[in-house]
Amino acid sequence: MKCRVLYFAALRDHANTDAESVDTLASDARGLYAQLRARHGFGMDESRLRVAVNGEFAGWNHALRDGDEVAFIPPVSGG
Amino acid sequence: MAMTSFSLSETVIDAAALTRELAQAGAGACVTFEGWVRDHNDGRAVLRLGYQAYASLAQSEGERILAEARDKFAILDVRCVHRVGLLEIGEPAVWVGVSAAHRGAAFDACRYIIDEVKSRVPIWKNEHYADGESGWLHP
Repeated sequence: MKCRVLYFAALRDHANTDAESVDTLASDARGLYAQLRARHGFGMDESRLRVAVNGEFAGWNHALRDGDEVAFIPPVSGG
Repeated sequence: MAMTSFSLSETVIDAAALTRELAQAGAGACVTFEGWVRDHNDGRAVLRLGYQAYASLAQSEGERILAEARDKFAILDVRCVHRVGLLEIGEPAVWVGVSAAHRGAAFDACRYIIDEVKSRVPIWKNEHYADGESGWLHP
C-alpha cells in the first residue's frame, strides 16, 4: 500500500523534502517509521516523536490503510 | 463564540485589534500575553527565528486548548494567534488574550493556554545564530 508521509522541522531537513509517497508493507505507524528511519537515517528515536494519521494524533500501534497521510511529529518548540 | 479563536498568522500580530474582539459588557478583566523573539538562547546570539507549523493539526490542537480553557475557567472570550515564517528580534511570536468577569480566571486561563500551546501545538522554532549556523529546537 501507499502512504503519504509529512515531514517537519529537523526531520524535514534530514529527509530533504516536506512530504513523500511511500510504498510500505508496515501494518502500523511504528513499522512505517522504522522503514523511513532506515531509508533516511533519521537520528530521532521514536520515543521522542508523536504520530498523527490523517490530521489527528494517533498511537504508534495505529493500523495504517492505503492512502493514509502520516506525520511523525518531533518535540514542539512554539511560543 | 467566534468560529475560530486560534489562528496561525504569516503577518504581524495586531494586538490592539485582537484585544477589541475580547471586549463585552460583562467583562471586568482582560489579561493578555505576548511571547517575543529574543536575541539569545542557551548562551548563543540569535539573529532571527523561523517558525514552521503543521498547519491543520496546529489549528485543531490550538482550538482544543482554547475549548479546554473555556471549560476549566470562568472566562468570557479568548483568542490566540501564533506566527509562522521568519521573525525578527522583538517581534511578537505568539499572542494570548482572555476576557473574564474577574481577573483571577483571566490570569489563570491565559497562563494555562500559553503553557499548553508551547507543549502541545505542532509548531517548531528554527534559531538563526550570529555565527551563521541555524538549528531546530526539539526540547
